[in-house]
Amino acid sequence: MTDTPTTSWHAIVLDCLKANNIKLVVYVPDRVLTPLIDALHKDDFFTVFACTREEEAIGVVTGAWMGGMRSAVLMQTSGFATLPNALASLVVPSQIPALMFISERGTLGEFNLGQAMVCKTMRPVLDSLGIENHTITRQDELEFILDRSMKQAFATQAPAAFILSPLLTGGKVFSK
Amino acid sequence: MSDSMTVKPAGLHNAKVMNRFALTQRLVAQLKHDEAVIGGIGNTNFDLWGAGQRPQNFYMLGSMGLTIPIALGVAIAQPDRHVVALEGDGSLLMELGCLATVAVQAPKNLTIVVWDNGVYQITGSQPTASQKTADLVAIARGSGLANSNWAADEDEFDRMFGKAIQGGGPTLIAARIDNQPGVGKTDRDPVQIRVNFMRGIGARK
Repeated sequence: MTDTPTTSWHAIVLDCLKANNIKLVVYVPDRVLTPLIDALHKDDFFTVFACTREEEAIGVVTGAWMGGMRSAVLMQTSGFATLPNALASLVVPSQIPALMFISERGTLGEFNLGQAMVCKTMRPVLDSLGIENHTITRQDELEFILDRSMKQAFATQAPAAFILSPLLTGGKVFSK
Repeated sequence: MSDSMTVKPAGLHNAKVMNRFALTQRLVAQLKHDEAVIGGIGNTNFDLWGAGQRPQNFYMLGSMGLTIPIALGVAIAQPDRHVVALEGDGSLLMELGCLATVAVQAPKNLTIVVWDNGVYQITGSQPTASQKTADLVAIARGSGLANSNWAADEDEFDRMFGKAIQGGGPTLIAARIDNQPGVGKTDRDPVQIRVNFMRGIGARK
């Protein structure tokens, strides 16, 4: 391959967060997101920490927004499945621009049936709650989608979900 | 198995059973520096509403268990403002992991108040795990919140809360409370509640 990108998907995500003054990032960890999480921890611009559950992270993000600080949540597909109540009873009715980065499991080579099943619930849940969501498969579209969507989220006070496809991140690869 | 065989949390033995609305009023009376208060779902925020609608109050209408995470977010965003989370036993039991997260982040400007009546009061007073067995203060200490204590009576609650909001936290204060229903009736308008709160804490003009 001669067209290997000179930068990485996670460097673009970090740059977009910084460019949009998103200083707080909370997460429940994920193998695919590890290079992004590591880079965020190393950058003094960001306050970064793990929460014990994704809904806890949604609470932190809600409080931070109300206090005047922009923030984002990182999680994997199965983690998103724990969120409908927090989204339906807090984020959506209160109009909180919660930004959710979801690494996509359950498709394109998944070995775990549970992940494959829960993946099928993700977009229907987002759509039924009216939450703007983008599945990002191409690195050349990543900055455009993130930057525009972050600005839209803050301007319209609406949550947004970025589903990071294995086509973008490489996904989780299993040896057997 | 008889009740006498039930292990009672040691910390509960000497704590007086108090009234949530009375304690909420005493707590609010101590707020002199526009402290933010996050009122948990149900009777906790009904009593906060009843104690006077400060612009710095946020009233939760759903998302059971997220009072302390929301308060943590406000505390991180505004380190110069003290933030108080009011949470019930049932709600806290739903989201115990947040205590460990607060302990790791250790915000100096966060005070957690737990109202423990041992029941899911608003759904028909079914027993919670804290009624006879779980000691929420011991759980908080075990989560890393060393400054967690039961308030023995109203006067001690006042002293503990007054000290906690000076900063140096995080602090958790737990109070045994009776089964009296909430006094106020929170307006069910989430956007208005959020905007009032954001203006009250200077995040919105």
